[in-house]
Amino acid sequence: MRIPCPYCGSRDASEFSYSGDATLTRPAPDSTDAMFDYVYLRDNPVGVHQEHWYHTAGCHAWVKVTRNVSTHEVIDAVLAHDEAES
Amino acid sequence: MSISRRLASGGLIDRSKPISFSFDGKTYGGYAGDTLASALLANDTMLVGRSFKYHRPRGIFSAGPEEPNALVTLRSGARAEPNTKATTVELFDGLAASSQNCWPSPNFDLRAVHQLAGPLLNAGFYYKTFMWPAAFWEKFYEPAIRASAGLGALSGLDDPDTYEKTHAFCDLLVIGAGPAGLAAALAAGRAGARVVLAEEDFVLGGRLLSDTAQIDGVSAASWAALTEAELGTLPNVRILKRTAVFGAYDGEYGAIERVSDHLPVPPPFAPRQRLWKIVARQCVLAAGAAERPLVFPGNDRPAIMLASALRIYANRFGVTPGQCIAIFTTSDDGWRSAFELQKAGAEIAVVVDARAEVAPEVRKFAGNAPQFLGAHVSDTSGYRRLTNIEITDSTGKTRSVAVDTLGVSGGWSPSIGIATHLGSKGNWSEERSAFLCTDTPPGMQIAGAAAAQWTLADALHHGALAGAKAAAHVGLGLQTQKPIIASDEASGNNPVWLFKGSRRKAFIDLQNDVTATDVALAAQEGFRSVEQLKRYTTLGMATDQGKTSNVNGLAILAGEIRKTIAETGATRARPPHVPVAIGAFAGLHSGKHFKPTRLTASHAASAALNATFVEAGQWMRAQWFNAPGETDWLQSVTREVKAVRSSVGICDVSTLGKIALCGSDVGAFLDRVYVNTFSTLPIGKVRYGVMLREDGFVMDDGTTARLAADHYVMTTTTVNAGKVMQHLEYCHQVLWPELDVQMVSVTEQWAQIAVAGPTSRELLQALLGDACDISNEAFPYMACAEFHVGNIPLRLFRVSFSGELAYEIAAPAGYGEALFNALMSAGKTFDVMPYGTEALSVMRIEKGHVAGSELNGQTVARDLGLGRMMSVKKDYIGRTMAAREALIDPDRPTLVGLRPVDRSQRLRNGTLLFARGVTPAPDTNAGFITSTAFSPGNNHWIGLGLLARGPERHGEIIRAWDPVRSGDLELEVVDPVFIDAEGARLRA
Ligand SMILES: [Zn+2]
Repeated sequence: MRIPCPYCGSRDASEFSYSGDATLTRPAPDSTDAMFDYVYLRDNPVGVHQEHWYHTAGCHAWVKVTRNVSTHEVIDAVLAHDEAES
Repeated sequence: MSISRRLASGGLIDRSKPISFSFDGKTYGGYAGDTLASALLANDTMLVGRSFKYHRPRGIFSAGPEEPNALVTLRSGARAEPNTKATTVELFDGLAASSQNCWPSPNFDLRAVHQLAGPLLNAGFYYKTFMWPAAFWEKFYEPAIRASAGLGALSGLDDPDTYEKTHAFCDLLVIGAGPAGLAAALAAGRAGARVVLAEEDFVLGGRLLSDTAQIDGVSAASWAALTEAELGTLPNVRILKRTAVFGAYDGEYGAIERVSDHLPVPPPFAPRQRLWKIVARQCVLAAGAAERPLVFPGNDRPAIMLASALRIYANRFGVTPGQCIAIFTTSDDGWRSAFELQKAGAEIAVVVDARAEVAPEVRKFAGNAPQFLGAHVSDTSGYRRLTNIEITDSTGKTRSVAVDTLGVSGGWSPSIGIATHLGSKGNWSEERSAFLCTDTPPGMQIAGAAAAQWTLADALHHGALAGAKAAAHVGLGLQTQKPIIASDEASGNNPVWLFKGSRRKAFIDLQNDVTATDVALAAQEGFRSVEQLKRYTTLGMATDQGKTSNVNGLAILAGEIRKTIAETGATRARPPHVPVAIGAFAGLHSGKHFKPTRLTASHAASAALNATFVEAGQWMRAQWFNAPGETDWLQSVTREVKAVRSSVGICDVSTLGKIALCGSDVGAFLDRVYVNTFSTLPIGKVRYGVMLREDGFVMDDGTTARLAADHYVMTTTTVNAGKVMQHLEYCHQVLWPELDVQMVSVTEQWAQIAVAGPTSRELLQALLGDACDISNEAFPYMACAEFHVGNIPLRLFRVSFSGELAYEIAAPAGYGEALFNALMSAGKTFDVMPYGTEALSVMRIEKGHVAGSELNGQTVARDLGLGRMMSVKKDYIGRTMAAREALIDPDRPTLVGLRPVDRSQRLRNGTLLFARGVTPAPDTNAGFITSTAFSPGNNHWIGLGLLARGPERHGEIIRAWDPVRSGDLELEVVDPVFIDAEGARLRA
């Protein structure tokens, strides 16, 4: 699989580390239930999904990848911090 | 002396280059351009092995990668490679091959008695026969089955060859260099597209190499050679011969190039095989088709072969496998084979066609040979080679014909495997009698025989079209190409899936010995889907992946369950399309090359001081230094510890992860990733910190120094350096990008050496002079500074892992060795002693510091006695989850010190802890020993452990139970700090 790193261009997936669901937001402290969901609970969606990939063997960017998990088609890839700031 | 079946002339072999090779110890001759199979056939060696289950004699069946029978072991010793298809092995001088699955030889196989037990070995026999008693399976049944059935054996020796992995990027990948593939590559290459043309064979051309047709006025083989020459002049085209594309993956293709398999041994520095990952924007699958055998009683004898294979051996290799050949066909193509064989000089004894009507221009191909239409072969005879066939004619009358070879032709199956790897399915086309792939993966076109475009003219036309279309897809304008002119061919086929006749077995899968009866039995027993059929009968599950058997098998199943082939469907093809050596997937990453070996700056200097090294993560670290007269590692370690505690020692600690953090918000950032507070850390100070995972468990620990207002340097444990870096970057980039923080790993940029012991200050003073005031007043415990000696930037941290007065001094990695040597020579007057990781570990256990054995991913800060560090004034990663009920339970095993009541006893890591007088059981277990050391200061073994309610139990005698190593002793629970509890030494 190829992942288009916003810094490095199209790179082999083996250069990246996978880190799962990119749609989660870290909850405010002291809400144990919300934090429990954030840490442990994951949906297992079919089709288009957003995931975090870390360019371990590249620029060290955390990349938010929009990917169809059924077909493995990579639809979009943006820097996570751009997303987080906007 | 065997007769030669080599023709005097013709073929693409080079008769001026004779080659000597051996098979089963006997020496034979062949020519450059031969395969092992063609050379064996030229030497009249048809019988090459025995079948998997029944040990029936089996001969060479095909002339290509679909070969089910002729599996041999190539080479010997460590280079022995079992299950190699003789039909694809390129002959080389000195090649030595041997037969498999027969003993003592394929001509006389003692295990052929399996044939007599044939009725017992039908579909599912493994499941039915060896069910009970279960205990017998492992000890008796499985070894017995494996010994008598099975394929070639591995050598058991290390592979002496190397493998490579590489990437290629192109606009168009063309899979297969037959007429369609060559035409596609030519069209796209001429248009300027970057083309990779991959061909499994060692010559380009595919069917053109055995065709007598004319293309553009020249012979087919010449056209292939001319096309190859033109492609060779195009800088944008790369030709990969001996390269099989084995799979379509997400956005890329896998291919295996057999770089040196056609040579006795790989040339110096050349790999044996090279694994290609090919990233292609477009793909033309032109992998051709495999001829289908016919299923009739007695159809597995040696010298019953695919009719097209006979044609290939005659026209490409100049070999006629037999002199008196019968053809049995349901297709026009069988007649063409008869024609070509006659032209090559073989005698066609008879042509049998199951179809009642065959066009006159097709029948013409048989020449003077007798023809039987609406007829079939109903029986055969001949043990080691075919001698007779029985023909049942259209009236039901039978007659026997003496022949030495039978060519069978049941039509062609397109090679669409690669197209279906990403989930597409093959759909049965009644019109073409073939499975076609119509919903190809993105960017893939199929051309030529792989798309059931059977005739040469069609293959060339559609190949060129596909190549031009692919070029247009990548923006290279659809160019008009001069059409390639080739003759049309008859390609009618009317398949008949199963012919009745004698009671002999009618084989479908020759490699796994699956018969028509097995399929019928499976259907009768309820295994009615193709996927079930496959697993129950093992049809198509052999090394050939059923390339000649799958379609026949499912068509016969369809007949049994009274469905159409389209309704029955095909099994799903999965990569790899051809077997790929595991070594090729590993590439150069084998043995020590699996991960890098990282050496510290002091490595050579340490080796010169007789260091023994140990792996720590990817690093090699000095474990201890052997001094003259020492015979045991414990002697060395004890000496090193005593030296540090009485004078001074130095230890390379460069392997700790080091992360530089800059920016105005680093303090705030560190507050969020450490349990304790760092925003209050003054410039010139170091603080110990503990980091949690978001689930509340401890992730790592280390110190962070503040060198300037906006410049910090963090240390991590050696093994977690990468993980912590990734974690911090996640925290910054994903969670808090608004913070002004920049970070970079500087682990490799700085060498760092611990200087520990009561005279460490004097040693450093002697080394540094007035570059830095390191008096206790100016540079107290947990101070840090940056300064220069000459023009070398140095960093000094007053931190201690040993409990002694200690420092860590850092220099740019290039100066690391010089720093180590300078400390050694300046330390001479202070009796400086280099020490390794064992002494380091002994001293940290004596001091009660936690390390990797305690930071085991299952401990929270409180378990490690670090609960008081957890700030209640701020949020940080893991805070909320660390407050969960089970994680603050006072019954949790918590850090304690341990010492044996009988001081002469040794402690061992992993020993389980129980209250005294309790019977050891899982529910009475109270913890375990995490770290142990012989403490020179105490002169007995000591340990750290995690014990339920540990801190409340100081003074209690508990039981340490170690059933694996027969240990059972009493321990006293003590404070984890065994020396200098008040910390006077490190503040001295
Ligand atoms: Zn990148």
